[in-house]
Amino acid sequence: MDTILAWLYAPWPWYVAGPLIGLMVPLMLFIGNRSFGISSNLRHLCAITQPRHVGVDFFQYDWKEHTWSLVFVVGTALGGFLAGVVFANPQPVAISPATQDMLLNWGFTLPAGSLVPEELFHASVRNYTLLFACGVLVGFGTRYAAGCTSGHAITGLSTLQLPSLWAVVGIFGGGLFSSWLLVPWMLK
Amino acid sequence: MLRYLPYLLAGMLFGFVLIKSEAASWYRIQEMFHFQSFHMYGILMSAIATGLVSVQIIKRLGSRRSLDGQPIQIPEKPPGRVSYLAGGAIFGVGWGLIGLCPGPIFALVGTGSLGALVVLAGALHGTWLYGALKHHLPH
Repeated sequence: MDTILAWLYAPWPWYVAGPLIGLMVPLMLFIGNRSFGISSNLRHLCAITQPRHVGVDFFQYDWKEHTWSLVFVVGTALGGFLAGVVFANPQPVAISPATQDMLLNWGFTLPAGSLVPEELFHASVRNYTLLFACGVLVGFGTRYAAGCTSGHAITGLSTLQLPSLWAVVGIFGGGLFSSWLLVPWMLK
Repeated sequence: MLRYLPYLLAGMLFGFVLIKSEAASWYRIQEMFHFQSFHMYGILMSAIATGLVSVQIIKRLGSRRSLDGQPIQIPEKPPGRVSYLAGGAIFGVGWGLIGLCPGPIFALVGTGSLGALVVLAGALHGTWLYGALKHHLPH
């Protein structure tokens, strides 16, 4: 019992987490012949809330057929609550020494218990403007590419689809660009 | 409603793993993009390997039906290159900056992070913007 509890509180190694994430692909197929992916829910949420008189055709479809997917992300948030609040890991994120040095160079403090840095996430006009703007990039980009890390890197690559390889190349290129050339200046 | 229960449980497992593996951590994402740890690469590669092997097994099964009785088909992505590369790159820039892709956004919102809720609000606006501009973009 104690071992199970210790496991629920501790962070999980990649060789436990990775296969569990990969199992989502066959699991979604097995449950209802569905393709595992998260970002399409952003589209469904827009389809639900779009006022009738606006009428952007991209959001005019029967979103109710995708209820299963919306239920899945509600589950994702509940799982996040369980893992991040109920069974929260009391230790800071154990990043490598090289990353710790890099963060200090950039003017960040070391992880203190939260998964995200206070410097970027504490409530301020500057932070929330930045978070919102980056959210716009994430929402715009994932719909333009018709998928995100789950739909392309996991589902797409594991079903050997060339378009997903292009998407992953784009995602990784964009991420390298911003984390090497933009993030170091974020606090300066 | 009961037919949605498997999706809820699967989603809960997914969210739980995203937090426990720290894939929803900005620190882990910076570490990954700077090639300073194997952790995130291990997650991604073992996830893809698991998906790949299990999809191949499903393809070779005699009777391929889902729980609700449908024949299982492996979905095909529409062909293309420009939209995948360009969209991926725009998303990647956002991901590299704030360290959250869509799955972790939902998982972190569940932990009560107001910042993640702001990211979600931005992502919905970005999605809407794409819908409005779709016909003017190269695909």
